[in-house]
Amino acid sequence: MKILLRNPRREIEMQGTRSVNRLLDDLDLNRESHLVIRNGTLVPGDALLADADEIEVRPVISGGSH
Amino acid sequence: MTAVGSKCKVCKGPAVIGLRRHHAHFCAEHLQQLCRRQMAKAIEDFDMLSFDDRILVAVSGGKDSLAVWDMLIEAGYQADGLYVGLGIGEYSDSSGGYVRRFADERGLNLQTVDLRDDYGFDIPTASKATKRVPCSACGLSKRRVFDKAALDGRYDVLVTGHNLDDEAAVLYGNTLRWDIDYLARQLPVLPATNGFPKKVKPLIRLTEREMAAWCLVRGIDYIVEECPIAAGNKHLVYKQSLNVIDESSPGAKAAFYLGFLDRMAPILQGRSAAATGQLHDCERCGSPTTSTVCAFCMLIERSAEHDPVPVDMVLPKRARKEIS
Repeated sequence: MKILLRNPRREIEMQGTRSVNRLLDDLDLNRESHLVIRNGTLVPGDALLADADEIEVRPVISGGSH
Repeated sequence: MTAVGSKCKVCKGPAVIGLRRHHAHFCAEHLQQLCRRQMAKAIEDFDMLSFDDRILVAVSGGKDSLAVWDMLIEAGYQADGLYVGLGIGEYSDSSGGYVRRFADERGLNLQTVDLRDDYGFDIPTASKATKRVPCSACGLSKRRVFDKAALDGRYDVLVTGHNLDDEAAVLYGNTLRWDIDYLARQLPVLPATNGFPKKVKPLIRLTEREMAAWCLVRGIDYIVEECPIAAGNKHLVYKQSLNVIDESSPGAKAAFYLGFLDRMAPILQGRSAAATGQLHDCERCGSPTTSTVCAFCMLIERSAEHDPVPVDMVLPKRARKEIS
């Protein structure tokens, strides 16, 4: 599956069906700090991601000045 | 391929998100319902807004400020937007584009202030000229421009998109330093006083993840890229630390901040510089300050006479490496 990562923007490829939570664990990413979008639709942690899917892992942490 | 089994807590339809602090999953429709209710509760609990108020929303092009503007308009409030051009190269060009498209598509009134055009400096230059870290120069400038725009435009209240994560991270930092003055004024509502407009934060009961999800299910296009200058700053480190805690103990972040508001803020009431009467008028601009000349006037003086500084010169080391 093609996976778009942000900050910095880059694309990686992974093989093998896995859940959203498993993907975040494999990428060593915090679940509270990210959302996963599958083929343009937001999906929860137990959604399965297949090789044909286009995935975006979107970080949600932002902000500098406070 | 569809979700294995997560169902919306409310309608039992396919869920789009799990929120562990609520021990529940939600579909797109009921995620929005949750967000609306949480914002309404914050507004009501802290007497933030009324439907007669003329509201000015500070918008950056990021998810939180566009989401709160969207939510207020949807709820029936009268809200205009204010965008401040910070002069942070392509990042500012891009973020301004998101704001303008959002306002144009919805027929909303957007005001724009440009630091370079209107005040004679930009954030990279201000950072170098004043030896402040860029986020400090940025925060100071935005606060003062927001205040002035709200007062000049005779708005009843200024809204910012600070969310639960923002406030918990600030609280975390203030607590690590036991900064009593900052702790005492870390409130979701700051009343209008001489020189300051009323300021409110309707998103304090909603997390960043929930706000990003709101934007996704509402089709709001926002700038996902982080400000290149902010990368690695302390505020982001505090947020990441709290999310590590929250992943092992869901709801801990919300309990930390909302518990502070409920049980600690009343104890600190009256301890801020403003409350103890330490503020007086800046001799140049008349704004409230604890010094003879306020920090913003000092920043303008030093920055306006400084040669413009390119963004690359104030990037953190990590960002500079990625560019090279």
